[in-house]
Amino acid sequence: MTTKSIQRPEPGFVHGLFLYLLVFALWMLLVGNLDTAEMAAGAVVALIVTLASRPHLSILTGLIISPAALLPLLRYLGTFIVALVQANLDMARRVLSPSLPLQPAVVEVETKLKSPLGRLILANSITLTPGTLTVDVQDQVLLVHWVDCPPGSDLASTTQAITSKFEQHLKGFVL
Amino acid sequence: MTLTLLEIVALGLLGAAVLLSLLRLILGPTTPDRVVAADTLAVITTSGLVILAALLGSPLYLDVALIYGTLAFVGVVAIARTIEGNG
Amino acid sequence: MRLIADLFLVVGAAFTLFGAIGLIRMPDVYNRIQAGTKAVTLGSLCLLIGIALLYPAWWSKLLVIGVLILITNPLGSSTIARALLKAGVKPWSKASVSQAGEADR
Repeated sequence: MTTKSIQRPEPGFVHGLFLYLLVFALWMLLVGNLDTAEMAAGAVVALIVTLASRPHLSILTGLIISPAALLPLLRYLGTFIVALVQANLDMARRVLSPSLPLQPAVVEVETKLKSPLGRLILANSITLTPGTLTVDVQDQVLLVHWVDCPPGSDLASTTQAITSKFEQHLKGFVL
Repeated sequence: MTLTLLEIVALGLLGAAVLLSLLRLILGPTTPDRVVAADTLAVITTSGLVILAALLGSPLYLDVALIYGTLAFVGVVAIARTIEGNG
Repeated sequence: MRLIADLFLVVGAAFTLFGAIGLIRMPDVYNRIQAGTKAVTLGSLCLLIGIALLYPAWWSKLLVIGVLILITNPLGSSTIARALLKAGVKPWSKASVSQAGEADR
């Protein structure tokens, strides 16, 4: 994924703390119990991991860390799960129908998200939703392989159809 | 543990899925097709390991599944890089 | 409880099978990636939910495996698709092949 022309602000203490808590939570999930000794070990390991990943911390600067970001995050997860189930029913219908209804094309869509992390999440969401697969990300343009492209689509209509439902929630918690 | 009928059906469906993916892996016809088939097979194997853990009642296999999934992802990215380089 | 778990297992296995069928039936590698990724991702998640209902004590590790699949599977597929496009593999389209069936490149 190209990263040029993306502004990268310096990661601050809050991003480090976020990563630390994330790694610690992962440790606790893997350990699977609440022993004091395990928690102490987890605290140390999470600190080491956080310090070691300092050069790569800038990916997290796309994240909006505030309580107000929580609601968009939940809305996004809801939209995502619905889209994932739809995608599978749609794909099952296509695969099982004898005529194999396909109208594939590679189309371009535009995103307003500016951070690499935001574009990454958007690209991943597109891949898992009905009939679309992200092929490449070039700055604000995403190349998408679409199984059932309606004839006569242009940039505006594909953007509307593919990205808008995710982007309206995503912009609440990533830049 | 004894299996219910539905669980046997699920295992059968999963087995068929593995066989079909293997078929695509063998048929090809191009290298990318095989890579995609191998990728799919790797994810099926990951959930297969989880099911194995359940069948044997041993959570040890969950760790195996976790590491297998991670390594499969790294492998796919490495192969993708190779394809990209040859192009 | 066991019945709900079993239903999740069957649905998950069925979606995985659909994905595999798609892998066989789809006309070109991009469509195969689509079928493979989506169906197998949801299929695996359903299987994990089913197992989590059978063995509630394993929830934390199953959650980690689920999130891992959810993140890495689409990423891996996108990476392959991007590599293919860069390597010059042309997507199949109905117009150019006049729907004669299997056609690659």
